[in-house]
Amino acid sequence: MSNASHMRTPIAEVRHLGSARSGTKHAWHMRITSAALVPLTLAFVWIVLTLVGKDYNTVRATLGAPLPAIIMLLFLLASVYHMKLGMQTIIEDYVHGEHAKTWSLLCNLFFCFAVGLACVYAILRISFV
Amino acid sequence: MAELDTRPVNPALNRPLSPHLGIYRPMLTMMMSITHRITGAALYAGTLLLAWWLLAAATDAKSFETAAWFMASPIGRLILFGFTWALFHHLLGGLRHFVWDMGRGMDHPEREYLAQGTMIGGIVLTILVWIAAYMAR
Repeated sequence: MSNASHMRTPIAEVRHLGSARSGTKHAWHMRITSAALVPLTLAFVWIVLTLVGKDYNTVRATLGAPLPAIIMLLFLLASVYHMKLGMQTIIEDYVHGEHAKTWSLLCNLFFCFAVGLACVYAILRISFV
Repeated sequence: MAELDTRPVNPALNRPLSPHLGIYRPMLTMMMSITHRITGAALYAGTLLLAWWLLAAATDAKSFETAAWFMASPIGRLILFGFTWALFHHLLGGLRHFVWDMGRGMDHPEREYLAQGTMIGGIVLTILVWIAAYMAR
């Protein structure tokens, strides 16, 4: 902020700088995804454990069966949303430059969308193709 | 009398900062807080490995064998071992946060027990899962 900003009203100085009211939603969504991820992570670990050392066809048959596929999809969706929120917090804590922060947040969003969509696509392809 | 200036100050100006890493002696509760964030970031990167494995299984047998070969290699096993630990450590750290969210476990010595539980529990669960993995193989 330069001295020129002193010509502006206090509200204009803070508007669009990450206002209040969004923090509660962020924290609450973190809790919701955390709660979902406790059983989902345990189920994910169990599924992966059953696939250790198994061949291509066995892995596909397991991951493509309805229950493991649905568990994997739930785990992946909850995970990518959870990690989008988490990395956003890390970026907001450590990246202070306005440009660097905006780009980092954008990259975070794109990464989580891309990884999430790739994994979901893979599970669906294994299930239906 | 001078008018009180209530305008927001420039954050770049020298304001007092709260004590940070350079001030405190390392404590277990502090280390568990730091590792919670580090394991979270590591799991974030680790999803690339999961995506590779799933996409390989979705593509063809040759792609899957390449991915499976990497996961079974010494470096692959080391990464997956770290992945497993990060997952359980972060999971237990999350449960610890739930305890705190309910307003419990913030005093001494409960917070120390929670920190110890997170650290030891993460290691124990990782080892148990790997024993199970070798037995299932």
